[in-house]
Amino acid sequence: MEGYSRKDMGCPQLLDLIPKEREWLVKSAQETNHGLPEEKKLELRLGPPGGDWTIKQVNGPKNESLLPFGHFTKAAAAAAATTPWQHQTKASFFPLMGKESSQTCRTVELQGAEKKVFSPANTAVPNSSSAQKRTAPAPVVGWPPIRSFRKNLANGNSFKLSSGSQNVVPNKDFGKKHIENCPKSKFVKINMDGVPIGRKVDLKAYKSYEKLSSAVDELFRGLIAAQSDSSTNGIKNEVEGEKLISGLLDGSGEYTLVYEDNEGDRMLVGDVPWDMFVSTAKRLRVLKSSELPTLSCGSKPGKLSLDHSMK
Amino acid sequence: MINYFPEEVLWHVFSFLTSHPDRNAASLVCKSWYNVERFSRGKVFIGNCYAISPERMISRFPRVRSLTLKGKPHFADFNLIPQDWGGNVYPWIVAMAKGSTNLEELRLKRMVVSDESLELLAKSFPNFKSLVLVSCEGFTTDGLAAIASNCRFLRELDLQENEVEDRRGQWLSCFPDSCTSLSSLNFACLKGEVNVAALERLVARCRNLKSLRLNHAVPPDALQKILAQAPQLVDLGADSFVHDPESETYNKLKNVMQKCSSIRSLSGFLDVNARCLPSIYPICINLTSLNLSYAPGIYSKELVKLIHKCKKLQRLWILDTIGDKGLGVVASTCKELQELRVFPSDLHVVGNVAVTEEGLVAISAGCPNLNSLLYFCQQMTNAALITVAKNCPNFIRFRLCTLNPTIPDAVTMQPLDEGFGAIVQSCKGLKRLSVSGLLTDQVFLYIGMYAEQLEMLSIAFAGDSDKGMLYVLNGCKKLKKLEIRDSPFGNMALLADTGKYETMRSLWMSSCGVTFGGCKTLAEKMPRLNVEIINEGDEMEGRPDDRQKVEKMYLYRTLVGPRKDAPDFVWTL
Repeated sequence: MEGYSRKDMGCPQLLDLIPKEREWLVKSAQETNHGLPEEKKLELRLGPPGGDWTIKQVNGPKNESLLPFGHFTKAAAAAAATTPWQHQTKASFFPLMGKESSQTCRTVELQGAEKKVFSPANTAVPNSSSAQKRTAPAPVVGWPPIRSFRKNLANGNSFKLSSGSQNVVPNKDFGKKHIENCPKSKFVKINMDGVPIGRKVDLKAYKSYEKLSSAVDELFRGLIAAQSDSSTNGIKNEVEGEKLISGLLDGSGEYTLVYEDNEGDRMLVGDVPWDMFVSTAKRLRVLKSSELPTLSCGSKPGKLSLDHSMK
Repeated sequence: MINYFPEEVLWHVFSFLTSHPDRNAASLVCKSWYNVERFSRGKVFIGNCYAISPERMISRFPRVRSLTLKGKPHFADFNLIPQDWGGNVYPWIVAMAKGSTNLEELRLKRMVVSDESLELLAKSFPNFKSLVLVSCEGFTTDGLAAIASNCRFLRELDLQENEVEDRRGQWLSCFPDSCTSLSSLNFACLKGEVNVAALERLVARCRNLKSLRLNHAVPPDALQKILAQAPQLVDLGADSFVHDPESETYNKLKNVMQKCSSIRSLSGFLDVNARCLPSIYPICINLTSLNLSYAPGIYSKELVKLIHKCKKLQRLWILDTIGDKGLGVVASTCKELQELRVFPSDLHVVGNVAVTEEGLVAISAGCPNLNSLLYFCQQMTNAALITVAKNCPNFIRFRLCTLNPTIPDAVTMQPLDEGFGAIVQSCKGLKRLSVSGLLTDQVFLYIGMYAEQLEMLSIAFAGDSDKGMLYVLNGCKKLKKLEIRDSPFGNMALLADTGKYETMRSLWMSSCGVTFGGCKTLAEKMPRLNVEIINEGDEMEGRPDDRQKVEKMYLYRTLVGPRKDAPDFVWTL
């Protein structure tokens, strides 16, 4: 393993986890290890079957890691990622007290640990393999640890008017009502340019963008027709009175569908997976395509920063 | 010499001792001090209602005026403990009534409170002044009516997040006209209607009312009238804040708000029309505490606008809809922030980026006085935690909860051991810590090494072996409460240092590796611990096999042996 010469080998160095500098990217290990005073000797006496328990500080001079200490080899990262319950390559990220000497104690300890891999099967925690990034957490009882009062807030349930409880245990005295964790509808407002009265749609009633688009078309087609009839346009007759509102999603039509997300930003409908859209959309708007910046195939989908407020 | 010290002097000196740890220490010095202290102690704090019996408490502290009791273990908040587990306050009230205690104040947390208890309480203590119930259950508005009717000198009725059955009575009307002493009234957790006219009259005659938190059923026009009567309010909670901004009521509300220049703390907004928020802008500049964690109707843009005006904020509770950007605004505006809690708003969403490590880093950089954190986040990194540790060395409470309980560092895919290690190393005053994310035994090594002041530790889905738990038990000398779920700690760790548990208040272990045999061994060895097993399954008919793993174990030190009110599903070994 990489050697690391330290001037004071006599007494164990305090674990220095905090870099002197404020930036948290790419500081080499050498600069950061004299930040803290060595106040006291460590007295930890938890020995593995090997006896004395010393761990070598592993800091390579060619330190490319993001953290100021520790050295992440690709192998280590891969190994750790695939089997989070077993850490074969712990040596690579333990930047600890600097006595010299070998990794053998560490390995002995690791072997002990590896034997006791804890299987989380009984709690249904999924995907303890790689790709921990954005996997949907499987429902684990009591996780995340928040009180029943706080569940379902975002869906606008007036939860305080009925008690929410994850335990479906009938209380013999009080007969509490229960809120389901997954409300069956999500009504959001939808307004259309040129139409003074808005509508409401239940996003959960549709399974795809196409279905939503045709629903929007049905909602407003009649209203638009009624308005243009009342103006002396004269072109449409009663049979053809209602013109189809199409091309809402691809920019090809006269109108385009946008939405306001949970951060208050106005977004183009259609970029994210349907379920993600349903959860983050707070209201919809049908804009005249002519009012939008060119949405030709060259442009990247992104946040529109139109100024006029969503009314 | 101490022997000749007149008791009156000791008494006077002790009257300056307010914290119970100080008083506990003083009582250990000698018999004389013990006696003076026990007769002079007015406020008694009992962190576990089963550690001592009511009778013994009363006989030691006959002059108790204020009692604080805690019942169920913390994990009861997250539905890990079945109904009817225990924690009933009734025996305490009975004992104090019998002992003619001059009870003035009762504060309960996670206890079962029946209407009968409340009625007895109301009728037995003529000087009763203050009732604070937090996360309790078991009572109805009838019990509240008894309190209102009978407690002539009631100053404080504070109900926080309780499960209360609403009997649609008129409990608020039960405050007699002669009741003018209320300084604090909080019924935000009640679900039902209240008599608004009675409320208005009550507020009008209680000139000392400083704290008022209304529930959802108090309509907006009533709010305006109430505030007009109580411009001296310091703390306001309003759950129903939906006005038509064009209306006359809203106009009146705006005017009234401007006169409420004493308001320092604001909460509620369960139902809100964001366009009415400007009405509270005038008071924002003075706010030190803001709780919008029940306000999903305020979206990020309005939140940010609001917070931008709250430059003196010290405490902020918010939903993660604020986003990392919004937290950046908090960081640049709220320089005096000490406590931040960011709660999850929508739990059923994949990929809904709520808040991440970026928001936390921004806060730590902008708010150097931060000492208390509860942060539910989508992801975290070691680098961020290390930065936070460096920026904010003053943490007393640090609770981080990743929505995916075993998620690794989002950038490096490594465990989050180093990040939490940095926190405990830097924050020398840390008393409470909750860890989450992918964690190995290493993080517990760090905790044991550095977290010298740690009193409470919460662990979930963490660690690789018994060593993890051992590091903590050996290292954290001041540990009082340890709660562990879904972690691979077994009998070896449990039994390594059995004496340790008598120095702690309690230990909770669920879905770990401890077995019946291990728990039985512990119980046999330590008679002054109650080792309770909670069995919810019906396969627990006969005595289970010693090798069988225990689903839920709760052990605590006690002076009074196994409790007599344990239900069928709780076995005390």
